Amino acid sequence: MSLNKEQIKYLAVLSRMDIKEDEIQDVVEKLSSIVEFVDQLQAVTTDGTEPMAHPLAQGQRLRIDEITEYNERDKIQLNAKNINKGMYLVPKVID
Amino acid sequence: MNSNWEIVIGLEIHAQLATSSKIFSGASTAFGEEPNTQACLVDLGYPGTLPVLNQQAIEMAIRFGLAIDAEISPRSVFARKNYFYPDLPKGYQISQLDLPIVVGGNMNILDGNGNEKIIGITRAHLEEDAGKSVHEGLDGLSGIDLNRAGTPLLEIVSEPEMSSAKEAVAYMRKIHSIVRYLEISDGNMQEGSFRCDANVSIKRFDQKELGIRTELKNLNSFKFIEKAINHEVMRQIEIIEDGGTVTQETRLYDADLDETRPMRSKEEANDYRYFPDPDLLPVIIEEDYINEIKASLPELPSVKKERFIDSYNLKSTDAEVLTASKQLADFYEAVEKIANTESQITANWVIGDYTAALNRDDLEIKDAKLSADDLAGLLNKIADQTISGKIAKEVFESMWRGDGSAEEIIEKKGLVQITDDNEIENIVNQVMEKNPSQVKDYLGGKGQLLGYFVGQVMKETKGKANPKKVNDILKKKLK
Repeated sequence: MSLNKEQIKYLAVLSRMDIKEDEIQDVVEKLSSIVEFVDQLQAVTTDGTEPMAHPLAQGQRLRIDEITEYNERDKIQLNAKNINKGMYLVPKVID
Repeated sequence: MNSNWEIVIGLEIHAQLATSSKIFSGASTAFGEEPNTQACLVDLGYPGTLPVLNQQAIEMAIRFGLAIDAEISPRSVFARKNYFYPDLPKGYQISQLDLPIVVGGNMNILDGNGNEKIIGITRAHLEEDAGKSVHEGLDGLSGIDLNRAGTPLLEIVSEPEMSSAKEAVAYMRKIHSIVRYLEISDGNMQEGSFRCDANVSIKRFDQKELGIRTELKNLNSFKFIEKAINHEVMRQIEIIEDGGTVTQETRLYDADLDETRPMRSKEEANDYRYFPDPDLLPVIIEEDYINEIKASLPELPSVKKERFIDSYNLKSTDAEVLTASKQLADFYEAVEKIANTESQITANWVIGDYTAALNRDDLEIKDAKLSADDLAGLLNKIADQTISGKIAKEVFESMWRGDGSAEEIIEKKGLVQITDDNEIENIVNQVMEKNPSQVKDYLGGKGQLLGYFVGQVMKETKGKANPKKVNDILKKKLK
């Protein structure tokens, strides 16, 4: 399966990537080749095989409900460009 | 509502689970702390961190599933729901899609005509909450507080089986009551611990397929849900009757303007590209574990209601009110145990004066000064005829303010009921002497004047005379 330009543009919107018009053809080709590579898997017979999303055939270990993490805001916010009143500032987004 | 149209409503309720720590991290879930002081590296989506699932969240989801007669999935999978929003640091929300923990189930409600109606529940799944945005006072920027990010949510999805805003509210109240009984959520709607989205569509009665629906977001009070749905139904009817078509979209309810308006950014983003989260293995739930939880479930509202009707002989509507909240039901039973008044009288006091006082002062039962013992003490003073029911209301208010026990207040204010026949007879005589013309009219056939005489006696005794005796003696004398 190969991808077209429209699909790449849509993916770019969904993944918030700024792909320039003159770059699109290149991305189409590269992503298509990856998808085609994955297509080979379609040739494998999987009838009667249960889908498996995880490589380990075991269940999730669970954590006891207790507080183990405490306030490290000052340290963590050293990584933030713009903070005010303890909040991370971002361009205004309202729904 | 317009009778040509059938209304179809489905609800997605989000209940924050009352765990101490978050669903995938050890940060606290406490409400109202300083911004970002409870957002650890996992909640912030730092590279290299991994989610570790909270056992309590699983147990709470199972409790809910058992309470609504659902199936608990022996194998349940977490998935990533991908979208970009500033309050979602990872760029995806960990949720469940194909294999939710709770499948099926149902809930009985009373429909608009007071008949039982069963609402199907499609599923309930676990997911993490997002952070919060603040838009005011930040120089045109938005501030992000991620304290709430990672708080466990149980999303409860109903079938589209409610046919009025009232039914939707009844259903939501029922779920609210259940999560509080199970002690899996505090259900605090003001703090956003319990909120819902409503899917609303309309169709003509003879139409088979469902109409195009809109989704109303973030309804966080019972009043708003009803208003928002009613408003949205009217809007859709107008569109269709004017020959238009409803657009499938997400709308926000504005309580101030009492209207819904479309949300701007979500149209394009409704492609979430779910896939199983590789960081979390499937959750395997053993039968034994489910049985253990089943054994620990409390008595649920519907069962308790029937028991209240059977054991205390209460009116069905009163039993319903008392059992809607576990706290109120427990309070009633605590009073009932000690009070010598009839169970129904005790219920009237709990539902009436007591609940009214709670509402008036905006108090929870645990915060009220008047305890179950106190109220029972007051009711016993009615039962042994120390005071009348009317005086009891006065004593109640005094007790509510913290003036002391029923005994102390009655003593201090000299409110002991007059039950002595001779004493009452004396007062009746005085009243008759003072009102000769009324006595004449009464004897002449104006029987309704009896009430006037009772009133006069009560006035003379400051309401302390036993009303039944006053009536009896008056009737005897006025012959």
